[in-house]
Amino acid sequence: MIGLLTGVVLLLMGIAIWQINNIYQIIQNNLGNKRDDSQIATEKDNDMQGKLMFAFLVFIYVVTIYCFWAYSKVLLPEAASEHGVPYDRLLWISFAIILFAQTFTQALLHYFAFKYRGINNRKAFFFTHDNNLELVWTVIPAIVFFILIIYGMITWSNIMNFSEDDEDAIVIELYAQQWNWKARYGGQDNVLGDANVRFLNDYDGRNSVGIDSSDPNGWDDIVVTQEFHIPVNKKIIFKMRSQDVLHSAYMPHFRAQMNCVPGMITEFSFTPTKTTAEMRMNPDVVAKVDRINKIRYDNSQKLIAKGEESLDPYQFDYLLLCAKICGTSHYNMQMKIVVDTEKDYNKWISSKEAFSSIMQ
Amino acid sequence: MEGKKDKNPRIRVKMESTEFGDLLSDKNKSDDFYQDHHHKETFITKYIFSQDHKMIAKQYLITGVLFMGFIGIALSLLFRLQLAWPEESFAVFDIFLGKWAPEGVMDPNIYLALVTIHGTIMVFFVLTAGLSGTFSNLLIPLQIGARDMASGFLNMVSFWLFFLSSAIMLSSLFVEAGPAAAGWTIYPPLSALPQAQSGSGMGMTLWLISMAIFVASSLLGSLNYIVTVINLRTKGMSFFRLPLTIWAFFVTAIIGVISFPVLLSAALLLIMDRSFGTSFFLSDIFVQGEVLHYQGGSPVLFEHLFWFLGHPEVYIVLLPALGITSEIIATNSRKPIFGYRAMVASILAIAFLSTVVWGHHMFISGMNPFLGSVFTFTTLLIAIPSAVKAFNYITTLWKGNLQFNPGMLFSIGLVSTFITGGLTGIILGDSTLDINIHDTYFVVAHFHLVMGISALYGLFAGVYHWFPKLFGRMMDKNLGYIHFWVTAISAYGVFFPMHFVGMAGLPRRYYTNTAFPYFDDLADINVVITLFALLAGAAQLVFLYNFIYSMFFGKKAEKNPWRSTTLEWTAPVEHLHGNWPGEIPHVYRWAYDYSKPGQDEDFVPQTIPIGKDEEITEH
Repeated sequence: MIGLLTGVVLLLMGIAIWQINNIYQIIQNNLGNKRDDSQIATEKDNDMQGKLMFAFLVFIYVVTIYCFWAYSKVLLPEAASEHGVPYDRLLWISFAIILFAQTFTQALLHYFAFKYRGINNRKAFFFTHDNNLELVWTVIPAIVFFILIIYGMITWSNIMNFSEDDEDAIVIELYAQQWNWKARYGGQDNVLGDANVRFLNDYDGRNSVGIDSSDPNGWDDIVVTQEFHIPVNKKIIFKMRSQDVLHSAYMPHFRAQMNCVPGMITEFSFTPTKTTAEMRMNPDVVAKVDRINKIRYDNSQKLIAKGEESLDPYQFDYLLLCAKICGTSHYNMQMKIVVDTEKDYNKWISSKEAFSSIMQ
Repeated sequence: MEGKKDKNPRIRVKMESTEFGDLLSDKNKSDDFYQDHHHKETFITKYIFSQDHKMIAKQYLITGVLFMGFIGIALSLLFRLQLAWPEESFAVFDIFLGKWAPEGVMDPNIYLALVTIHGTIMVFFVLTAGLSGTFSNLLIPLQIGARDMASGFLNMVSFWLFFLSSAIMLSSLFVEAGPAAAGWTIYPPLSALPQAQSGSGMGMTLWLISMAIFVASSLLGSLNYIVTVINLRTKGMSFFRLPLTIWAFFVTAIIGVISFPVLLSAALLLIMDRSFGTSFFLSDIFVQGEVLHYQGGSPVLFEHLFWFLGHPEVYIVLLPALGITSEIIATNSRKPIFGYRAMVASILAIAFLSTVVWGHHMFISGMNPFLGSVFTFTTLLIAIPSAVKAFNYITTLWKGNLQFNPGMLFSIGLVSTFITGGLTGIILGDSTLDINIHDTYFVVAHFHLVMGISALYGLFAGVYHWFPKLFGRMMDKNLGYIHFWVTAISAYGVFFPMHFVGMAGLPRRYYTNTAFPYFDDLADINVVITLFALLAGAAQLVFLYNFIYSMFFGKKAEKNPWRSTTLEWTAPVEHLHGNWPGEIPHVYRWAYDYSKPGQDEDFVPQTIPIGKDEEITEH
């Protein structure tokens, strides 16, 4: 029914446009304006379109300002990792540069479109080239880009070039599969045991990440699901594996992402700087949680009206999500990340079972 | 050989099979040549299996743009509905998706298939074949002064391979296990294993066959364009007198020849992994309860091979649009395109650099981070010639006498969206920044602005501008104005907010955002985006109506309605095999003598010899 109605509406819209066009032509005729059906732009057209071009510039600015005003609040809160700070700084500097370039060039483009809208019998200025001008707008962008390149490359190098020999770092494996995450800790020795999908069927399928039981390093490994904890201010080295297809371990609050590739171990490292408890107090996060809970409240009303259970209130948690298309439930492949104080982390990890208990 | 009469015209006719050789020596031919040379036309040879570049251009336009474009847009509206009102029941889903929308609610698998086929159709079938196929075919012979392409036969084959490829791609929509659903980028293992994704069975097989045929079609076309531009330019048409459209189409064809075969190789290796047990891209995989036999391959290899085409591909899409814009802005500004040589240099620079930036799609693929630095460097380099082009377009408008025909509006719109989209490319091209926005809606917003809007505007501009050449009629300009403004407003309405959704951390290719309460506050933005998308879709119906109506009932066009200097407007309105009756015109000047001081008219066609007291334009 809706389909039919939509089709009818579209058809009527089409007829309306056609008729409006016809009416316009008739009015023009009646006003004594020569019916110009050449379909080539006239001086009047140029005037109108030129003005619309300028109006469009205003539209671009308004849309930009509106989006920043209305949507800035959905952006991620301040970075929760050490390298996240230089990341955010580079992001905002880059944005400042491109917003300036955008404002300036769009203005020139649309203002010229308006100012030089065509009038009859005016000749344009025969200006074929000016190599000095070309030099100016080659060199200036080149300099700006070079600054961004160097800045970016230094930051990238600092993030990606991490030492694996750091005694103090905790090594965690993020194990991706269709469609959930598991995290594996190295246990007491902080060394992950060898693992491969070949071993998944060992121990009646309880060897959930395929640990190779012949490697003693793996006997004290701890596998967790649903959520994993990391201690604040400690460097974490993530080793990513995938069981089946490409996935991507995306941890946006920490400005971290790395693909999980079957047949390969990829890695990424960061140092979390804000505990979950701390982040929950962050004003931006508080505001976001408020907004979300208002929406959940409204949605709950609808559910209750249908006789269903209302939704639980939302509390902020760091998230690990999948950001590489991986099949049917790609949209629901998540794991909670909890950043604890060192004390709470130790308490949490000591309550978890090691692989050795599965080997019994 | 000038002035010499053909000693043996009969022999030449017998050598019909070497039409290329005939065309090469076609300096002083009269139209008698074409009476002897061509057999009688039937409906089939004129409209179906035509070897005439003008008819083939129309075939590409109608198949690639009108037909495939319509389907591509329709697919996007379907999944935009799902994104704005997740898991709601819609009658359209029921009608169009059948079993894939039980009780009108979209199935997650078909969502992934829809985004995959939408991307595939739009990038390859609409913006590559539809853009290059139409305009390279129409304009290369006419603007360089040739009778036709070097090989009319290969040209015809190229179109029909494209048609076949389109048919196969569309047929994959109706396969029982679903069409390919691993994204238009079809990374293995997801695209290799039907056990991991049902669309990776027959759907993916058909996708691969379709694309293999598409690549063949594209290569045949590109080879033809390259050979024609090099060999068949008329007397006086030196390379630096070529209009920028030809430079763009020529360089695009070269990039195509270099990069498409690599996609074909990736596809072939994938076919081997899928069907012949090899392990090029696969290793250590456990799916549906069993360990698969593959050992030693890497999906990252596929990514390298894919993006070695994938990145030049986006310039294959964009360069023709930029060339078209140069032409239309110059004509409608009544001014030379500013900085012709710089424009040529930037086309060449973009083409070269486009082959060394592919890794910016792979910053977090697990490849060696050092490569990340290398590709950031080359990617930001490519921004420089792009900036030069934008400034040159703006300077062309300065002190012009702008004629706002619909083609001009779309050309200016292209510059506007090219700047906006290109600038966000600077963020994405920085490997550091890519970490947190890779595979989010920020990327989607970026590439839609530069490809889906910019290049599409170039396509529209070209259609409005060369419609008189294609069909001998004019399109309705008021409908053109409505089409432009509604599209322009909706385009920004769809894609500006999308950047924020991406920066909020929302990954792309998510069937719904409702699995994460964290994203609940993005729901409103998604509704806004979808509403603008629906408006944009509706605006294209105006174009479709205008196109079809004008094809049959549009005002009959005169020979040179836009008062343009280039050669195509010296050919008669009625299409002739061989384009010009009698001799092919000779060329005496570059393509941009608009408003030249000392001339009576505000344009001087390329075919007018230099006057007695006239200075040759330095360019």
